[in-house]
Amino acid sequence: MSSNKKYWKSVEELKEKSSIVETLQQKEFIEDIPTDEFLGDKESLSGTSTTRRDFLKYVGFSTAAASLAACEGPVIKSIPYVVQPERIVPGVADFYATTIADGFDFASVLVKTREGRPIKIENNASATVKAGVNARVHASVLSMYDSQRVKRPMMDGQNVSWDNFDQQIMNSLKSVQGEIVLLTQTFASPSTTKVINEFSANFGNVRHVVYDTVSEDAALTAFEAKYGFRALPNYDFSKAEVIVSVGADFLGDWQGGGYDAGYAKTRIPKNGKMSRHIQFESNMSLTGANADKRVPVTPSQQRAVLASLYGYIVGGSSSSNLSGKIDDAVVKTATQLRESGGKGVVVSGLPDLDAQTLVLEINEALGSQVMDTANPRMTRQGNATAVTKLVEDMQNGSIGAILIAGVNPAYSLPNSKEFAKALKDIEVSVAFSMKEDETAKLCKFVAATPHYLESWGDVQFNKNNFSLMQPTIRPLFDTRQFQECLLKWNGSDTSYYEYIKETWSSLGTNEWNTALHDGVFEGTAPALGAAVTSEFVASPIDTSTAVRNLSVDSEGKGLQLSLYTKISMGDGQQANNPWLQEMPDPLTRASWDNYLTISQEDADSFELINENVANGALNGSYVNLKMDDVTLENVPVFIQPGQAKGSVGLALGYGKKEGIKEEMQVGVNAYPLYKDFKSVQNVSLEKVAGMHEFACVQLHNTLMGRGDIIKETTLEIFNTKDVRVWNKVPEVSLNHIETPVTSPEVDLWESFDRSIGHHFNLSIDLNACTGCGACVIACHSENNVPVVGKTEVRKSRDMHWLRIDRYYSSEDTFTGDIDKKEDMSGLGDSLSQFAELELAADNPQVVFQPVMCQHCNHAPCETVCPVAATVHGRQGQNQMVYNRCVGTRYCGNNCPYKVRRFNWFNYAKNDEFDYHMNNDLGRMVLNPDVTVRSRGVMEKCSMCMQITQKTILDAKRDGRAIEDGEFHTACSAACDKGAMHFGDVNDKEAKIVQLKENKRMYHLLEYVGTKPNVMYQTKVRNTSEA
Amino acid sequence: MKKVKFRHSTTRLLILSAIFLFSFSDLAFSQEGDVAADQAEPQEEAAAAPGSDLGDPVNGKSLFNSLCAACHKPFSKAIGPALHKVTDKYSRDWLNTWIRNSSAMIASGDAQAIAIYEEYNKVAMPAFPALTDSEIGDILAYVEQPKPEPPVAAGSGVAAGETGAGVGGVSNNVILAILAFILLMLLLILFLVNKTLRKFAVASGVELPAKKERGTPIWKAFVQNQFLVLVTSVIVLLAAGYFVYGFFMQVGIDQGYQPIQPIHYSHRIHAGENQIECKFCHSSARVSKHSGIPSLNVCMNCHVSIGEVAAETATEEYSKEFYDNEIAKLYDAVGWDPESQSYTGETKPVKWVRIHNLPDFAYFNHSQHVSVAQIECQTCHGPIEEMEIVYQDAPLTMGWCINCHRETNVKMEGNEYYEKIHEELSNKYGVEELTAAQLGGLECAKCHY
Repeated sequence: MSSNKKYWKSVEELKEKSSIVETLQQKEFIEDIPTDEFLGDKESLSGTSTTRRDFLKYVGFSTAAASLAACEGPVIKSIPYVVQPERIVPGVADFYATTIADGFDFASVLVKTREGRPIKIENNASATVKAGVNARVHASVLSMYDSQRVKRPMMDGQNVSWDNFDQQIMNSLKSVQGEIVLLTQTFASPSTTKVINEFSANFGNVRHVVYDTVSEDAALTAFEAKYGFRALPNYDFSKAEVIVSVGADFLGDWQGGGYDAGYAKTRIPKNGKMSRHIQFESNMSLTGANADKRVPVTPSQQRAVLASLYGYIVGGSSSSNLSGKIDDAVVKTATQLRESGGKGVVVSGLPDLDAQTLVLEINEALGSQVMDTANPRMTRQGNATAVTKLVEDMQNGSIGAILIAGVNPAYSLPNSKEFAKALKDIEVSVAFSMKEDETAKLCKFVAATPHYLESWGDVQFNKNNFSLMQPTIRPLFDTRQFQECLLKWNGSDTSYYEYIKETWSSLGTNEWNTALHDGVFEGTAPALGAAVTSEFVASPIDTSTAVRNLSVDSEGKGLQLSLYTKISMGDGQQANNPWLQEMPDPLTRASWDNYLTISQEDADSFELINENVANGALNGSYVNLKMDDVTLENVPVFIQPGQAKGSVGLALGYGKKEGIKEEMQVGVNAYPLYKDFKSVQNVSLEKVAGMHEFACVQLHNTLMGRGDIIKETTLEIFNTKDVRVWNKVPEVSLNHIETPVTSPEVDLWESFDRSIGHHFNLSIDLNACTGCGACVIACHSENNVPVVGKTEVRKSRDMHWLRIDRYYSSEDTFTGDIDKKEDMSGLGDSLSQFAELELAADNPQVVFQPVMCQHCNHAPCETVCPVAATVHGRQGQNQMVYNRCVGTRYCGNNCPYKVRRFNWFNYAKNDEFDYHMNNDLGRMVLNPDVTVRSRGVMEKCSMCMQITQKTILDAKRDGRAIEDGEFHTACSAACDKGAMHFGDVNDKEAKIVQLKENKRMYHLLEYVGTKPNVMYQTKVRNTSEA
Repeated sequence: MKKVKFRHSTTRLLILSAIFLFSFSDLAFSQEGDVAADQAEPQEEAAAAPGSDLGDPVNGKSLFNSLCAACHKPFSKAIGPALHKVTDKYSRDWLNTWIRNSSAMIASGDAQAIAIYEEYNKVAMPAFPALTDSEIGDILAYVEQPKPEPPVAAGSGVAAGETGAGVGGVSNNVILAILAFILLMLLLILFLVNKTLRKFAVASGVELPAKKERGTPIWKAFVQNQFLVLVTSVIVLLAAGYFVYGFFMQVGIDQGYQPIQPIHYSHRIHAGENQIECKFCHSSARVSKHSGIPSLNVCMNCHVSIGEVAAETATEEYSKEFYDNEIAKLYDAVGWDPESQSYTGETKPVKWVRIHNLPDFAYFNHSQHVSVAQIECQTCHGPIEEMEIVYQDAPLTMGWCINCHRETNVKMEGNEYYEKIHEELSNKYGVEELTAAQLGGLECAKCHY
């Protein structure tokens, strides 16, 4: 069944006789070595004075010179500590629990440090709030070693000392006319609130405005109106049986993100049951891609869907004014929600107070156990009205001083131009910033702030869940954190560390130390002194008005734009982080860009195209995007299957120009369209000339036409049918008997005895994998994977050891696909039929599949290496020996999974690749246990050999056996969803053994007979309708 | 930096010839050194022999070394004051009381006691209540001995040794030069004499014997004999091949690499004479991949009270002053002021020259070998306890590693980790002892990743 379904990665593959797809299937390395450029030009060739003999002389001479030069080794100096800190042993990693709280990402993390420098972020296993260690958090360690950071305080563009800086600021703050404004990110920090309160008591006339770059204002206000407390409801998706999302990308960054771990728990079929997830959305989001049923609807339709959902569930109505197909979906959804009792939940991402109110009402009516309002989330505090009011006040001159911390409004405000203009006229302007960004450039004072890995802090995740932030390295530069500055200007001498301890004096020394060790603790917020009064209090909202408002047709003119954040870039704070720039988007598989996603139908009507050029790289048309008086020029267009007709999408966080390297100034800034902090806007398009060159990897590494590497089934079939129906092992004919390919008789190879010692296997559950990409960044960070840049990615030369393939399949139902495929006759017919599938695929189903080296026991790469640079280890790892490799690339050609990567260049210490590996600061992030590969060698996933060896060595040294769960790889440790599990299959008690014997288990391209050590668990979809 | 010992095979010949020449002078001054040492001994004996009215200085010396030497020196300040002439400053009774219980004396308000306590940074001296009067007398007798004059003969011996070495070095060259010059002159004279004689002969009409007409010259004969040419060229080619191969195979191998370090730290003194365990200082070898160069605070654990070496530590090659100067370098680097016995806070980290360098693509873990396999440090690092200056003893090539992995049995007894695998593997191979190779120690990616 599974192999009957047609999967495709790009619409290009569905076209009739696509020569590009043909080429890509046949060639691992698409581009030939450009000898023709040189040799083809007869004239210049004959014109050169270098004869063949001269050439040979040069070669001979340089070889001799090189070998002579190698005789004298360099003198290497080694400098030990003068006084070695007690805890630090060179060569042994230390781990510290700390917390990221940059206003967008909040998570408790474990930081791995070597010789006193942080090199990797990991999940904090003891964290009670297991949430949100996503790709950005994993990459945040590199943002600390950013060469563009502000290194010392500055005044009017001149470097000054902190003493001078303090003096100047305190004098000006005391004499300032007008209000003093603190414009900050959400700190969600009790101690920070306390400092700010003291600051306002000290200076008087202080206003504190909290500004979230990507606003959750509607949800916050709706919650405040209902429960009298400004916070966000908390959701525990692990309790859910029916999940309905109306435009909420809750596996992405919706309401602070971090809900994916709980969600994934319900997605693994257990006792024949799994949750059902229905998604109504316009953009194809990560969440929609994981849904059992996805209904593409425009934002205005989403409002109506929510209103009628409310009508069906709470209001008792039996009809709606939705169109037939959508209404049908809503009715069925409502029925399932009602049947689920307290196990159902509705969430919405609509930036609309009415919508958010209805969500709360529906969940209340359902008695949802998933929604938790008693211990709500505190990690978003921004107030859109207050920010709007602030800009108005700045313009009319009533603000005397402004202190901006953790945000970059001159870049991210929709009316940033007005803000920038008003900012210049303010008497005292202070930016607390790590970068000389758009805002810092305009401010008179720039206070250099440390990274979170260099800071102290406390964070209130939820009302009762707290977390501590501690420095893991001495500040790299002459920086001082925001709170420390305020303390100083308050005239206090205590350090912020002492101050936090004082705030939490209720904890006692032991509890404090435990909390610092664990990173998290539970408790209640301490008293924080008189709060700065808020003028904005939400008043209760009438639900019937809300329903009426939502039901009103709000379609408006033009296309409906939904602004979203990418899992890689978020709100754009870490835009100067090359790991994140190069991480492909899970859906579009494009890196180094943002773009307007549009449906095929709308694209046709505007005559917009996407086309693949000869080497498989993608080009797309440009449009000008207009909203009232705002125009975004030259926005590239990406035709996205599954995009709702009449809607378009654009990612925030790109198009930064200040405090960022030139290579990373990519994309367009979508914030000017973020009017009134609403992510849904009406826009109009206009096609302009030119084609944009994307760095899109979706056609890269295709498996030579062997597309059938996904197995999926439905919950019904999974529960009722025999395993041979839905997860059949391929068979071959042996003596006219059909024999499974896994049986030893049909094997061409003598198998080794693998029963002794460790034998590692990795299991990847396609059901639990949401495609978030945290593993990709974790792999980068652990294995020193280089960044190659946009032009190289475009040439299929990305170095990702671990890629997450995204496959589309066309039909809503399996039978539809199968019927169609089986009816096909001949190639020509099938190609035209596939084209039909494409048209039918306005709403494709999506599967994410992480693919790394499969560590085949019968590896095709090993047999073709002429120098035995890739060999097999007894522990199941396929080993790649860089120092032996001569770069023939035969292995890459022979690999059926296309997981080998070739170093076309030296990526370290090379000005051509001016990313982190080209400066001393950035190289501090490199893992000292893993070789930095040089030009001309192959590399690939090692199954984190350095980690497994370390685990074994630790056990040997302690003289103990290894317990199950001790072995892990960077990717399996990074996956908080439990989609990846790593272990020793020779340990009979291990969980991996159960996974290997699981009915859902299969190997990629089993019929090739490679016997991989990486296994996959068949994807099961819950298609049961009400 | 010192010349690498065996680096260039081409230079071996030169080194060998140099050794040949130098060995004579070596012999010469090593004898001198021995004489000096012989002379030094009776001197010391003589100094120790005469008794004193305070007590027996010989017993006093042993008591002093066991009880007092950690903090006191007879003639210079250490943690406590110098003890020579202490009986002039304090009465015998006062000293007895002080040594038996100094803190009680301070508590009782004795002015002298408080003064000395204050002067030495309020570091209380441990009490020695068990010492008898006569034992204290012995110690005092020892410390009150006059400072031994620098043994004249010994001193001159060392000096002679030093200058001898210097002179030896210079004189050898000079002698060689003179010899070469004389040889040249002889040749010249011979030539001139010959020329003159010929002139005379011609002048006096003596018939010089005409050169005999020989057959084909030998080289021509050689060239004409094709067999000989073939054999010779084969031999020459083989020899050339042998040397070229030898040359290339030693590229990048730094066996014998012996750089001069910023501080002359002698493993011979520490690990050899004083028998300090390697891992006492290189403690991270137990737990880490790096053996770690000890940080300077580790040195100061001992050197806070060892400000100078004993006279007998000095060798012919390195004098006591030389070693004391090296300790002074340590103090300078760590920021220790021996005068005030305190840290100044001004540190100058030492830039050691790394001797054992593995390429970046090779992973080596000390703790695996030191803690798990319990291999002696000397197995790879050579007779480190005999090295005055450390050199790289092993070639550190992959072949060398692999060989050891093939030959060495893994220490499995008592290690629970190995229980299961030992049982299975010994069944499989039918042996009781397993080598590292049998456990997978030859796999590429165990060391290369």
